[in-house]
Amino acid sequence: MSDNTSGLVLAGVGGQGVVMASMIVADALVRAGHDVKQSEVHGMAQRGGSVFSHIRWGPQVDSPLVPVGTASVLASFEWAEAIRWVPYVRVGGVVIADVRTIVPPGACADRRSWTTRYPEIDPSLLLDRRLKARLIDAAATATALGNVRAANSVILGSVAAFVDVEQSHWEASIERLVPRGTVDVNLAAFRAGLEVAEAPTPAPAPEHRGFSGPHQIDIRQEWCKGCDICSRVCPEYCLEVGSDASLNVSNPDACTGCRLCELLCPDFAISISAPRQTAHVGAFNEPGEIEDESD
Amino acid sequence: MKTSSIPDTSTTTVSEPVVATGNEPAVTESVVLLSGNEAIARGAVEAGVLVAVGYPGTPSTEILESIADRNDIDVRWSPNEKVALDVALGASLGGVRALATMKHVGLNVAADTFMTAAYTGVGAGLVIVSADDPGMHSSQNEQDNRAYARMAGVPMLEPSNSAEAKQCTVLAFEISEEFDTPVLIRTTTRVSHNRGIVELGTRAEHPVKGFAPDPAKYVMVPGYARGRRPVLLDRLRRLADRSEVSPLTVESGVGSEFGVVTSGIAYHYVREVLPEARILKLGMTYPLPIERIRAFSESVGRLFVVEELDPIMENDIKAAGIAAEGKSFFPQIGELSPDVVRRGFVAAGVLIDQPGTHPDPAPPTVARPPLMCPGCPHTPPFLALKRLGAVVTGDIGCYTLAALSPLAAMDTCLAMGSSIGMAVGMAASGGAGKPVVATIGDSTFMHGGIQGLADAVYSQANITVIILDNGTTAMTGGQEHPGTGVTLQGATTTAVDLVGLCTALGVTHIKVVDPYDLAATYNAIEAATAHVGPAVVITNRPCVEAPMKVRDRPYAVISDACTACQACMAAGCPSIIWSDETYEGRRKVIIDSATCTGCTLCAQLCPPLAIVPVPLIASPVEVAGV
Ligand SMILES: Cc1ncc(C[n+]2csc(CCOP(=O)(O)OP(=O)(O)O)c2C)c(N)n1
Repeated sequence: MSDNTSGLVLAGVGGQGVVMASMIVADALVRAGHDVKQSEVHGMAQRGGSVFSHIRWGPQVDSPLVPVGTASVLASFEWAEAIRWVPYVRVGGVVIADVRTIVPPGACADRRSWTTRYPEIDPSLLLDRRLKARLIDAAATATALGNVRAANSVILGSVAAFVDVEQSHWEASIERLVPRGTVDVNLAAFRAGLEVAEAPTPAPAPEHRGFSGPHQIDIRQEWCKGCDICSRVCPEYCLEVGSDASLNVSNPDACTGCRLCELLCPDFAISISAPRQTAHVGAFNEPGEIEDESD
Repeated sequence: MKTSSIPDTSTTTVSEPVVATGNEPAVTESVVLLSGNEAIARGAVEAGVLVAVGYPGTPSTEILESIADRNDIDVRWSPNEKVALDVALGASLGGVRALATMKHVGLNVAADTFMTAAYTGVGAGLVIVSADDPGMHSSQNEQDNRAYARMAGVPMLEPSNSAEAKQCTVLAFEISEEFDTPVLIRTTTRVSHNRGIVELGTRAEHPVKGFAPDPAKYVMVPGYARGRRPVLLDRLRRLADRSEVSPLTVESGVGSEFGVVTSGIAYHYVREVLPEARILKLGMTYPLPIERIRAFSESVGRLFVVEELDPIMENDIKAAGIAAEGKSFFPQIGELSPDVVRRGFVAAGVLIDQPGTHPDPAPPTVARPPLMCPGCPHTPPFLALKRLGAVVTGDIGCYTLAALSPLAAMDTCLAMGSSIGMAVGMAASGGAGKPVVATIGDSTFMHGGIQGLADAVYSQANITVIILDNGTTAMTGGQEHPGTGVTLQGATTTAVDLVGLCTALGVTHIKVVDPYDLAATYNAIEAATAHVGPAVVITNRPCVEAPMKVRDRPYAVISDACTACQACMAAGCPSIIWSDETYEGRRKVIIDSATCTGCTLCAQLCPPLAIVPVPLIASPVEVAGV
């Protein structure tokens, strides 16, 4: 591999402005006289998915992709994305991780344990990997400067602290590429980012005890007229009205005990009871049982 | 710029930047950073193109978008790729240089015209861009469109970076006119969406040549087409000679142990992994410069062919009697990368694996699949379909995300427009056991859905077609189409009227519904499925992201009233997540007011009425407003 080529990875969530930020980085590197290649993936990933951009520079760049384990800097606009992309950073490299969290709804799907799959903000997840980590809160810095929307420039400033490019090049690129009328606040945010203070590590979220198993759904068939209200409201799709208008529990293990069906049944035909504490203990307390929807 | 370990290599001084005027990220007046797509567009500009036409599709979309603001080029979206190629061919016969752009699967749609355009040849230069998507970042398949060049007998150029993308485009127009043939430019995601340095040239002016009628050339009835077939084959022989001396072929490296034939982005991966190796980089990859390759192969011990996807060059090279190795070391599936190429050369025994280059895997983190946006008007009809229990033949667009959990309300998705025909067939099979419903976006309906609906009428199929009319082509970034009333260059035009169109096709049950009214949406779909014969439901809320961001007063959860039933979470809205507060051990929910669009869907789903608009007084809009 060409040893005089450097790599940088920017990561975030669709809509966070990763692509624009990486255009600024690439533009500044060109101004500094480097050959530059910048590669990103558009399309499906923009719909709230994970978005990343690779930037490589040097005297002559071949592959636009940063090989795993070689990036000198990873800047992530969101906490979980820093975790996802950290293998790209070389030993001794730098991770700039914004402590902003964007929790995808899929992280809130395990309604047995009620634990989210979102990784805790724990610097050791990064530091254990023999690299430098800097946790920042760009939105707080930008808000203090008067416009939260300049947060990405704070992150760019933090990146600039570790990339050998004249400040004037960075500022020329920002001036040209940010929306007119926001140049001053973005420049101020960029300069603040150069010196930005480490964000305090937030307190860990409270533990959730959850409950120990599915609830019991009892149906009084003789009172049920098969009106279908319960099956339509059940968030877990536990109930089904058969073609003979009889109500069946089609998915008993999924009941979380919300009691919507019990409360809305006009005929008082359903009762929900809490799980017996001995049943399924442990089995449903395991976090992270649900399957990945992606990759 | 301070504490860096990166060596200072900044030696070049760059002159004062010019003020940006268009979309090109100008760094100096003539040296700019462009994506492969922008570079193709720039090449077309410099080649004097007057008509540029296409249908959106990742990774091709930005080619036309990046020149849409030029008033010296007619830049347009067509309803689909076949129409786009027809328009471009017509313009070419009219005597102006024309460009047609599409994603790889778009060429399937345009293939009928493409095959016979190889017979007719062109008037002025005609260049077709196919942007392929190895690895399927945003596509339903990863077909290798280099096969189309061979099938049609159309010459093909493959750039490997932005600078070459511009160069190839200019050259393609020259080849097109010199040889009287359409020319295919094939890019891939990594070329189209990779920015690199490009030096700009000036725009050439080509006056309109005018149409020269020539029925034997342009009227492809059998008698005339038979006359064009030998012309095509003779032209290919001359193109093969030209390929031998193509300026796009570059030989580099030293050594005679082995050599590599490669093209496109794979070239850069090979150079990354083997910077010194003997490489024959091809830019004109159909017809291949076989004699050049033969001479190269004779100067090396082993010949490797490194190409993404199918062994297309490898097979041609072997068929010419040249020994070569390729797919036995480099995968046929997915994208290549420097890592993949390295592994191939290690397996081939020409590279030694360096231990310690494999870092630890990432700590566990959350999956982040693409999602329907907060306030997406596609969500309610799929909630209704899930409750109804229909067999849903889907189509391609943002709404395809309804196939994922928690909606999980789509059973099929194949190719644009397939939903309706597949629903007709599903109903004909009698095997669905439930109502059969086709769901199709407005842009997709214009692209390939109309004929399907004609068939539903013709066969009086018992199906419901839901046209999800969000007034844009959202999935690819919000492009106009014939139903929106606006052109790519921003002019107002006549919009195709969906209700009028469906009526004219002979659909008798048509219901337009506001998808933000969940009950009305459910009732409309239920009534449509009860109708005997084809029925149409049209949802009519605009996309919340394009052409305008739709933002109403956000909603919030009254925590004390939330019973943690999770009914709202069934919609899969990204603005709703778990709270740290609980009710009977279950998590309550909160709404992120920064991303909530105020669509009211969750409030309609909430049994204890715990979701309400954020109070006026707290709304930042109200506070800041006058
Ligand atoms: C033949 C073909 N051309 C283009 C595409 C790219 N593409 C995917 S979805 C889509 C359009 C979606 O628009 P619409 O149907 O209006 O749905 P929306 O995304 O707005 O919900 C396009 C152009 C494709 N997949 N296949």
